[in-house]
Order: sequence, then C-alpha cells, then structure tokens
Amino acid sequence: MTATIATPAAPASSSTDGRRGAGRPAGLAARLRTLPWGVLVASALLVLLLLVVAFPGLFASRGPLDADPLRVFLPPGHGGLLGTDQLGRDVWSRVVYGARYSVLIAVSATALGVLAGVLLGLLAGLGGRVTDEVTARGLDVVAAFPAILLAIVLVTIVGPGIPTVIVALAIASVPRYARIVRAETHVVRRSAYVEQSVTFGLRRTTLVARHVLPHAVVSVPILATIGLGTSILAASSLSFIGLGPKPPSPEWGAMLADGRNYLQNAWWISVFPGVAIVLVVLSVSVVGRWLQRRFEHREHA
Amino acid sequence: MTSATLLPSAGDAAAAAREAAPAVPGARGRAWAPTAAAVGRRLVGAVVVLWASVTVAFVALQLAPGSAIDALVPPTQRTPEAVAAVTAEWGLDRPVVQQYVDYLGRLLHGDLGTSYQLHRPVTDVIVSELGPTLQLAAAGLAVALVLAVVLAVSTAGRPWASRIANGVELTIVSVPEFWLGIVLLFVFSFSLGWFPVAGANGLASLVLPAVALGLGLVGLVSQVLREGVERSLEQPYTLSVRARGVSETALRVRHSLRHASLPVVTLLGWLVGGLLGGVIIVEQVFGRPGIGSVALQAAQGRDLPVVLGVALLSALVYVVVNTVVDLLALVIDPRLRTGARA
Repeated sequence: MTATIATPAAPASSSTDGRRGAGRPAGLAARLRTLPWGVLVASALLVLLLLVVAFPGLFASRGPLDADPLRVFLPPGHGGLLGTDQLGRDVWSRVVYGARYSVLIAVSATALGVLAGVLLGLLAGLGGRVTDEVTARGLDVVAAFPAILLAIVLVTIVGPGIPTVIVALAIASVPRYARIVRAETHVVRRSAYVEQSVTFGLRRTTLVARHVLPHAVVSVPILATIGLGTSILAASSLSFIGLGPKPPSPEWGAMLADGRNYLQNAWWISVFPGVAIVLVVLSVSVVGRWLQRRFEHREHA
Repeated sequence: MTSATLLPSAGDAAAAAREAAPAVPGARGRAWAPTAAAVGRRLVGAVVVLWASVTVAFVALQLAPGSAIDALVPPTQRTPEAVAAVTAEWGLDRPVVQQYVDYLGRLLHGDLGTSYQLHRPVTDVIVSELGPTLQLAAAGLAVALVLAVVLAVSTAGRPWASRIANGVELTIVSVPEFWLGIVLLFVFSFSLGWFPVAGANGLASLVLPAVALGLGLVGLVSQVLREGVERSLEQPYTLSVRARGVSETALRVRHSLRHASLPVVTLLGWLVGGLLGGVIIVEQVFGRPGIGSVALQAAQGRDLPVVLGVALLSALVYVVVNTVVDLLALVIDPRLRTGARA
C-alpha cells in the first residue's frame, strides 16, 4: 500500500516544483535565502505536515488503530519511534494519522469563518446605518462567548462530533474577520476613487466586486493564517474535553485525553501528541506573524 | 501621566480616538455633553448585547430537539396528568411571546430555569460551584500578570533578552493548556510528588492548575507590556529620570511599567475571555470541581438550561468587564471623550 501511494506521489510533487523552478530559477533560491531561519524551518514543517496529511502511509508503517496485545506500553525506541500505548498501538502512527483531523477541522473552520466574516463585513460596510449597527451588535454578541463555550452550547443542542466542532470554531472566528472587513469597507467606500467610479455609472455589483472587495479583504489572508493556529489549538482542546472525535480515532487532543490515565507509567502516550500540536501551531504562528510584519511594512512604505 | 508622553504619539492617539469614538452630531456643546454621550453609547451597547444573548438563548431553548416535557417528566412517569401538570406549571401552553416575556422577567430576578438532569434551580447549581472556579481564575490571572510583568520589565530594550523572551512567548502561546497541565502533572505530581494529582482541597491543589491557566495567557500580555516599556524607555522623561541618577530597575518598575500598563487595561477584556475558556479546560485536566465541569457534564447530558445558564453568566461577565474597561479608558484618556478631529 505504501509503495502504490508513493509512486504517483513523487512525480506529482517534483513536477510542481519543476514548474515553479522553471519560472524563476534564480529568484526562488535567492528569495529562500533571505528568509529568516525561523520562518524557513516553520515553512518546512508545514510542508511536511501537508505531506503527512496527504500521504500518511508514507510516514507510518502501521495503521493508527492496529492493536497488538503483546506489545503494550513499550517505551519510545523499544516499540516504534514513539512507543506504544495501552492497546499496543504505535504512538507514532497514531500521531501521523491524527494530523488529518487537526488540519481538516482547522482549515474547514477557518474557511467557513472567513467566508461568513467577509460577507457579513461587506454587508455591514455597504449597507445602511441600521444594517451596519445590527450586524456590528450581532458580532459583539458572538464575541462575548469564548469558542469553547460556544462549542459546549452547540454540542448540547446538536450533539458532539467533527461537524459541530467545525461550526463552533467557525462561528467563534467570524467577528475577527467581519470587523476588519467592515472597517476597511467603510474606508474604501468613502474614498475618492469609489465616488469617481459611481459618477462613471458603474453598476453596484461591479463596483463592489472590482473595487471594494479587493481592498476590503487585503488583511484577511494574514488574519486567517494566524486564525488557523488558534483553530488547531481550540479543536484539540475540544477533543480533549470529549466534544470532538471520540477516543479510538487518533485525533491529537483525544489521544491526550486517553493517555492521561496512563501518565504515571507511560508518559509518551500523552506527551507526543502534545508535541505535535505545539510544533504545528508554532509553525503556523511564525509564518503568520512574518506575513503580518511584511504586510505592515508595505503598508507604511 | 506627564504631558510629555502625549507629544510624540499624539497623532496615533488621535487616530485611535477617532476610531474608538466616531463623531456624534451635535455633541460638541458643553464639556460634559460629549462625555455623557460616550458613556451612554457604551452602556446602551452593553445592554443591547446582553439582551441579544438572552434572546438567542431563548430561541435555542425553543428550537432544541427534545422538548422541556421530555426532560422534565421521566419516561416512566409519563401519564397525561403528569404532562398536563408540568405544562401548566411551566406555562408551556402559552403563546411563545408570553413565554419570552416571562423568560426575560425570570432572568432579571436571577432565575435561570431548572436543570433537566439535576432537577435543581440552575442558579443554585452555578452558585454552589462558583467558588473553586473563581479561585482558579483569580490565581491564573495573578500568575499571568506577575510573570508578564517580570518578563516584560527584565527584557524590554535589551536586544538579546527580548529576542529570547519573544521566542518563549510565541512558544507558550502555541502550547495547549491541557497539554501543559498534563506535563506539569507528570513532572510535579507523579515524578516529584510535590502537589496533589486532583481535586480542589487547599492551596497546594491550586498551584499547578493556576500555572497551567496563567501560562496560556502570559504570552500576549507580556508582549504588549514589553512594547509599552520599550516605547516608554525612548521618551524624553526617561532621560530626565536617568539624569536624576535613578537606578535602571527603579526607572523600569516605577516609571516605564506605569506607562506600559495602559494598553494592558484594554487587553483585560480579551483576558477575561481567555480565562473563561481556559478554566473549562484546566478543570478537566486536574479533575477540579467548578463551573466548567458543570457545563461539560450538562452538555453530555443535553441539559440545555444549565449550559445556557453558564453561557449567559459568562457573557454577562465579559460584557461587564469590557464596558468597565471602556469607561476606564474614558477616565484615563480624556481625548476619547469627544469625537473631535485632530
């Protein structure tokens, strides 16, 4: 199984690399060298993460649920890279397959949150005074609840599970995006060039799509990158308290909750999933902050 | 608060002021009028947010699968008479608008309804568990503030130290509270045996949870504080303080820190949100009783009144703190009171 996945994977990735390299042969290498080393390491880790998510079979020889009653509680090094758990499952394989949950949940939640946030921000920014005020207050209401509490309320109403976690995290992140888009829209709307476009008789939809939207959303990708890290943390927290994917699934937070019971004699079951979370969130934050600094630099220039 | 601090950053502050308080037409009369308008607008905003939260809670109670009858009358005792009695007692047969008005009225009297699971008033359930949660939140906040002050004051303006501190802060922010709690448990409870493993008995059982909760919040506070201290160290008054022969530590603690603490006041709202969320997680890690545990058990038992009670309480705390912070900002910085343009 490993081999069949590996063969199509290798040419695919090298061809994309080749295409990019062909475009700017010297540019890319030179650019990479000017990056701070922290950003470089973080980006490399994120690329690795994406590979792990796409092809976990390449990185783990055993399945995440393969139990082996003869090999329980083996410390790291003796049974697999990171040891085995109470059922003899390989901790490394579980961490590798668990990456899918974190990335899936965080990316979907962020995408949903950004979509809703941008739409609401535009609505508030372009609408009349009443629409604007109502939307802004609505965002205040959502912001008054911590993400975890929103998730608890949602779980009580519709039950636990991955979709619930995604929706809860998305709702919690909406104010972040909507507020900035609203503020930017207000600025753009009053600008001279939009007024000019109105005098040219541009249709409202064209005006919004071509002139307002691009300016209103410039900082959203950066906010979203940073939000991605927050979502990964929150998603694993929710799984830890039992609101997300349930224990047999190798979600990192759920693994930690499970391994906590064996902390005294098998620390590795709960420590390594935590290390994975920290590495991923740290990488996302480092890249996000670097993007933010560059962006602010350009704005000031 | 010497006037010297206002000079170099007046442009920024004015921009912030413009954002914070958009001009109110006709509010440029006597001196008190803009202040009253600004205070009034914030109070009205707070009330509107609370009212909207309560309304959403009411809608949730109405729409949630599993009616109040299911929860209030155990299936074994479900006779038409029992159902009718409960319906009459709870006013479930009345129009929705009437129920909504009743709901608002009960909330104003501190009545959050009755728990489906525990068959006790939600207010009682919450009040009885409030103690351990408040202790934890206060201790966590103290840990966060003390660590942030130490980190910020000792590293600000020192290139290498602040670089290291920056890395440490970024790492801490990326560490989930629950994992931190587990590592602390493993090291200090299981391996060293210094602290109890679970429970909420006495001070010893509070140390590790407070550290786990506080460390999660340190990163951002210390960053904001350090930037403030650095800004303050560049001000002219710092030069004059140094010229008087005041020691570096005294300068930082007595002068720079005071200036840097202003932006932290505006962070308080965010901190409260972080504490509310963090408490739920940390209580689970350390097996502590408290509001978070109550909410979580209620969620698993589909006990919506309890969950909504906790959520509304949390929203109330959040809104009150943020409103107080906004009003404090008006007191501290008179420029926010008017919508005057720079």
